[in-house]
Amino acid sequence: MSSIQWQFPRALEDEAIYILRETAAQFERPAILFSGGKDSITLVRLAQKAFYPGKIPFPLLHVDTGHNFPETIEFRDWLVESLGLELIVRNVQDSIDQGKVKEETGKYASRNALQTVTLLDAIEELKFDACIGGARRDEEKARAKERIFSVRDEFGQWNAKIQRPELFDMLNGKINIGENVRVFPISNWTELDVWNYIREEELKIPSIYFSHEREIIERDGMYWPYSPFLNTTEDEIPFRSKVRFRTVGDMTCTAAVQSDADKLEDIIREILAAKISERGARIDDKRSEAAMEKRKQAGYF
Amino acid sequence: MDVLRITTSGSVDDGKSTLIGRLLYDTKSITQDKMEALQAASKRKGLDFTDLSLLTDGLIAEREQGITIDVAHIYFSTPNRKYIIADTPGHFEYTRNMVTGASTAQVSLILIDARKGIVEQTYRHYFIACMLRIPHLVVCINKMDLVEYDEARFNQIVEDFQQLLKGSHYEDKVVKFIPISSLYGENVVTRTDKIGWYKGQPLLEYLEAIQFDQDDKQHPARFPVQYVIRPKTEQHHDFRGFAGKVASGSFHKGAEIVSLPNGQRSRIKTIEQFDRQLDAAHATESIVITLEDEIDISRGNLLVTPDAIPEGKKELTAQICWMDQQKLTSGKTCLLQHGANRIKAKVQQLHHVIEVTTGRVEEKTEMGLNDIGRITLRTAQPVFADSYQANPANGTFILVDEFSNATVAVGFVE
Ligand SMILES: Nc1nc2c(ncn2[C@@H]2O[C@H](COP(=O)(O)OP(=O)(O)OP(=O)(O)O)[C@@H](O)[C@H]2O)c(=O)[nH]1
Ligand SMILES: [Mg+2]
Repeated sequence: MSSIQWQFPRALEDEAIYILRETAAQFERPAILFSGGKDSITLVRLAQKAFYPGKIPFPLLHVDTGHNFPETIEFRDWLVESLGLELIVRNVQDSIDQGKVKEETGKYASRNALQTVTLLDAIEELKFDACIGGARRDEEKARAKERIFSVRDEFGQWNAKIQRPELFDMLNGKINIGENVRVFPISNWTELDVWNYIREEELKIPSIYFSHEREIIERDGMYWPYSPFLNTTEDEIPFRSKVRFRTVGDMTCTAAVQSDADKLEDIIREILAAKISERGARIDDKRSEAAMEKRKQAGYF
Repeated sequence: MDVLRITTSGSVDDGKSTLIGRLLYDTKSITQDKMEALQAASKRKGLDFTDLSLLTDGLIAEREQGITIDVAHIYFSTPNRKYIIADTPGHFEYTRNMVTGASTAQVSLILIDARKGIVEQTYRHYFIACMLRIPHLVVCINKMDLVEYDEARFNQIVEDFQQLLKGSHYEDKVVKFIPISSLYGENVVTRTDKIGWYKGQPLLEYLEAIQFDQDDKQHPARFPVQYVIRPKTEQHHDFRGFAGKVASGSFHKGAEIVSLPNGQRSRIKTIEQFDRQLDAAHATESIVITLEDEIDISRGNLLVTPDAIPEGKKELTAQICWMDQQKLTSGKTCLLQHGANRIKAKVQQLHHVIEVTTGRVEEKTEMGLNDIGRITLRTAQPVFADSYQANPANGTFILVDEFSNATVAVGFVE
């Protein structure tokens, strides 16, 4: 455990806190995009530290697809309660009911793409000028190209070809009417950094990150959590197995890994030995070579 | 834990992205699924080998054109330290993205195609490295496989480059030259017999051994106030804390401080980091400072120590890199952002533009995209900057266009 792989580089925390304070100072209505996953939990901790002993000066916005793991929602409500945060929830189901988006069909149906519309509507309705997200550059090749303050146009679109230069630690949050900014305080963190931070800070995380028994099905060489939201074919028979989740998205697009890891140390050991990347378990990324870039162009974060 | 920030520089196709891909591949930092995706993408492009440059060239447009357009950040670690690499574009048009990636770097890897030697973009990127005063330069003479690993060719390019170093602040510093082949991973992580005449270290070994002195601690103490924390809760009713990141130097509990621009003085009552109280805080640490006296301080103020008070200037002369399509002419007004401070400014004089390949200055009436030049600005309020050379952390600014809100220039105070 003395190895460097077990140490969190503190400079990354200083950088993230600096970014959060710039966001609070430069924008009128920022919000933290909260998914209940480990990265957004990390963001909340950083925000808590950045403004202590004051309160976190922004609400959490959760775009609820309706396909979340119940454990994530339970955790979200506990965190909001225990830290006295303001939580705003907007539902993808409402966007569907209003006819703004259409539910996908078939066995790969997921609400991942639909949530962008709900998010953009929420940003407009609530007049958020900055949305703070837990995306990291190490996750995916399009995210590797992101700025810390990433300007989106009126339609939420990311234009990778004309990004603002970002020099040293100087952040320019000035925007035109209708534009908004996505802020990524943990851009320079890796998956391992996040886990080491969670361990060193003794943060609580949803139980599904740890090994537990659950009904799963096997599809395309991956283990999918069995749930009423997953469209299955007749030959996909659920069975029980000891698994955990390395990343947490919707129940319809997050694959499980077989694991006995029930402590943070074991999780970190697993990640150190892993041959597959974190997003390798995200079925939403596998749709095409440029799935993430295309979603970002459309307003995803 | 040690973090080393690296950037790549050099002309289009000199092999920057391939080198970074190779560095990650040879340190086994690419996971199996990412490797499979690279193989599939290479095949789709009709290549019969795995193109490791695709690891950082992740945008659709980049893959189409086979070039890097915007900076990609990529990470790996060794048992020794964590590396943050900014792989930047070589293409002239995207120089501003190159500057973005290079601005935070401690090491610049300058790539040169062994067949071509030093070309215009090499000069430009070297010039930018000088302007940024990037502490370490490593010159990688790449594609040695295409010149039959010829020692004479290598020596020639080294000699040419050493001419460039003359008269710059790198002259008395260690600049490392390494003959490599990114494509075949020769002298990247492992040595090769093919370049047996080279007795030095391969790239990674050299990077692992780079030590950087914690310079900032010797610099004057500078603390730009980012945000004022006033909880107004029952428990912390009278709490008034100044949040920020120490730009340079150190601050100590009990020590006297001066707040600029108004020059009021007080003593540091506490230095806090979340629920911890510190005796001192140093450069790059994000902290909260509380003071003994109730003095008027808000965002944009600069706290310093009385032994080293910077002079407030309403006239600043600086070297700038212009980063906007629209040209700069004297008389232009814009916003100058220095630390947490944004001030209205006007370009009073455009002294000259620098021809980066020769270092000659040319008198011009305008600056275009990616031009480097020297200007004098007049500001509405005094700016408390240090010269970039004396204290980099308090010696830079950006210019923001008042109408488009774009970041149009980065400046280095003289
Ligand atoms: N033979 C040989 N080819 C190389 C070597 N390094 C790179 N190449 C090839 O040179 C071409 C350009 O490489 P890149 O890595 O994309 O170049 P780059 O410097 O990143 O280019 P930009 O980012 O667009 O400025 C590719 O076809 C590489 O396969 C090398 O050491 N030997
Ligand atoms: Mg490249």
